[in-house]
Amino acid sequence: MKFDVVITGGGLSGLVAGTALAKARRKVAIISSGQSALHFCSGSFGLLGKAGGKTLESPLAGIELLPPTHPYRKMGAEATGAYADAAPLLFAEAGITLKGTSRANHRHLSPLGKLRSSWLTMGDFMTFSGERPPMKDCVIVNFEGFLDFYPSYLADGLGALGVRCRTASVKIEAVERLRRSSGEMRAASVARLLRGEALEELAIEINKVCGDADTVFIPAVIGFDSEEHLQRLRRMVGVPLYCVPVTPMSVTGHRAQQLLRHRFGQLGGTYLLGDSAVAAHMNADGSVRAIETASLCDDYLEADRFILAGGGIFSRGIVAAPHKIYEPLFGLDVQATDDRDRWFDADFFARQPYMSFGVATDAAFHPLRGGSAVENLYAAGAVLGGADPLTEESGAGIAITTALHVADLIINS
Amino acid sequence: MEYQVQNISRDNFEQCIKCTVCTVYCPLLSVNPDYPGPKQAGPDGERYRLKNPAFYDSALKYCLNCKRCEVACPSGVRIGDIIQRARIRYDRSPVKLRDRMLANTDFMGTVAGALAPVTNFMLRRRIVKQGLQAVLGIDSHRTFPAYSATTFAQQFKSLADAQKGYPRQAVYFHGCYVNYNYPALGLDLVRVLNAAGIGVRLIKGERCCGVAKIANRLTDSARADARHNIKAMQAALGADADAPVLFTGSSCAFTMRDEYPHLLEVDNSAVRSNMMLASAWLAREVERGAVKLVFKPEYTRRVTYHTSCHIQKLGWAIYSIRLLKLIPGITFVPVESQCCGIAGTYGFKKENYATSQAIGAELFDKLRRIAPDVVACDCETCKWQIEMSTGIKVENPISILAEALDFEATAAANR
Repeated sequence: MKFDVVITGGGLSGLVAGTALAKARRKVAIISSGQSALHFCSGSFGLLGKAGGKTLESPLAGIELLPPTHPYRKMGAEATGAYADAAPLLFAEAGITLKGTSRANHRHLSPLGKLRSSWLTMGDFMTFSGERPPMKDCVIVNFEGFLDFYPSYLADGLGALGVRCRTASVKIEAVERLRRSSGEMRAASVARLLRGEALEELAIEINKVCGDADTVFIPAVIGFDSEEHLQRLRRMVGVPLYCVPVTPMSVTGHRAQQLLRHRFGQLGGTYLLGDSAVAAHMNADGSVRAIETASLCDDYLEADRFILAGGGIFSRGIVAAPHKIYEPLFGLDVQATDDRDRWFDADFFARQPYMSFGVATDAAFHPLRGGSAVENLYAAGAVLGGADPLTEESGAGIAITTALHVADLIINS
Repeated sequence: MEYQVQNISRDNFEQCIKCTVCTVYCPLLSVNPDYPGPKQAGPDGERYRLKNPAFYDSALKYCLNCKRCEVACPSGVRIGDIIQRARIRYDRSPVKLRDRMLANTDFMGTVAGALAPVTNFMLRRRIVKQGLQAVLGIDSHRTFPAYSATTFAQQFKSLADAQKGYPRQAVYFHGCYVNYNYPALGLDLVRVLNAAGIGVRLIKGERCCGVAKIANRLTDSARADARHNIKAMQAALGADADAPVLFTGSSCAFTMRDEYPHLLEVDNSAVRSNMMLASAWLAREVERGAVKLVFKPEYTRRVTYHTSCHIQKLGWAIYSIRLLKLIPGITFVPVESQCCGIAGTYGFKKENYATSQAIGAELFDKLRRIAPDVVACDCETCKWQIEMSTGIKVENPISILAEALDFEATAAANR
């Protein structure tokens, strides 16, 4: 099968690149072996929270403090900012509401009621600036038997920020059934049931326990497939209502994945879910000719250009063998050491070197193979080396901005 | 320090990183809380069962074997296989008469087909349905698909001689449904392939693929059929070692391609790469220019495609959709891939009926809203379920193609 662009990896980065390319009328296929790390998303995206040991108010200002091989340094602060600012529209077109800008990080609440900083946050959650959340008196509502949400911790955290908190629990008929198997009363199962009449029932129960509260918090279990359900609930509840992240699977992350995929399909993209790239077929000049997949067998996916967006070690875009870190599909050069003792820091909370392992690229995001750039291949997202997403709070930002950047390079080439 | 480089377990359960993404995509989980879910039933439970088979949980019987957990797994764990293998290995409860009847599609088809007018009349009577439910536990909401008085294999005999005259050859595994219930689909395929310049060969002594026997734990019998089928398939290919072996049922194709080696431990490597769904193979042939299709100008239909669980697992829905989109008169409306709830013989059992309908409810709603003229689908049991639950007609893409094709012009174009 022939496409303009074939993307390996169907998570945040692959979908953003695919959508941008499909919007520019390119014929795109995405190969996705299983579901993506978006399912673990708390609902907030970081662009850059920390750099050079500093906590950043303005993410773009920190880019110059990053190492020179960092993806943001390769794009430059200005371009990174431009891609970052283009992102919310792309998500909005897919039906995903994101609040925030690249000019300043905003605050949101962790599940324990601590302040966190981010670039973009989904519309389900409360965002604010400054050190105090905009409320005085809140009620935290949980479902009886739902164990992946911790109202008392949240209340303690908010109490320390000067907010009066009450906790309450409600019983919803439809959700009660799930309690027969306590282990499987998980956010996703609850979210599948909280629609239609069950949502009306929930609104009634919330209004009963609301009292004088000026804000209501509930676990993020509303809206399995669209934002519509939460909008409906908000209309039925008398006071402002926000969700708080719960233990993954993340309902908001799942929803974002599905909506992005749907949007990609609407634009004419082909998404091969559950298939996996098993081999890359190269031309004599070192460029990529085609990708072979497990399901399509000898019907190779040919294209002019390819994007590697297979994710990091977690998603197996990069693989760790006992004494080797490698990129399994193309055999690309990796920014990593083979000395296993230098992969880790014994202090668990210290910066872990393996976090920055990834594919080495030139300035135009062409990965290197045996030292030379593969000209029709681009790398985007967590597969890229040189960044430490966990300490930098930059994972989603890198995934989105590098995806838009390589899409741009392809469109303009 | 020595590191173990390769994993050594079957079905790679140790690759599970406990991310739980499979549980989000299990169609059963939020509908039936008695089912422990793919993670717990699969890789988690496997660790315990390896220590002591007494840890086997009989609730694993609720698994639909839809494999949507495997499609969702980012770590490539064969979750569905782990669960089915555990059922085969550890479930020692006797197989019910009803399950034996549902699983022995060949035997039932032969007997029922021989008495087709009587069987069909009887199976549609309310009193008979209630009797089947009371005595056997076959849900009375279900209607058995009508049996054909003459099988597809019998009907094909009159066409067999002409097949040798075509320059290219394909082997066709028709399966029980086409043979006993719906020969029209098989005949559609023969007509379409013939027009494309391809002759059709059947597999001598073809037996059921075994999907129903596997689901109902008649493993030894399924394995014997599997060995027989693979040999018979090789014999049918004969000197045409590269000819395709085509299917019109996605579950037959999936079972013979993947469940044979994974669950039944039957080696199919000699023919595995030949096996292809007919709609997928045709789409590929058209794409590479080896087959030309010409359509009737007056044919117009609003069509959606339902992705059966097993074609989702095979990864070939893309081909069926491409094939449908080749037809100029078709307005194609996509619908999200999700389970319809029937899962073969599963939905026919009295104890599963409510679950089966609850799983499919969302899909039925979406289909009613789309209101297509016809739902295209590569799976026969999905067809029964969707037709029964929505009243919308469901057809195999091959039958839709046959309806839209200008046979004379196509034959001329491929000469």
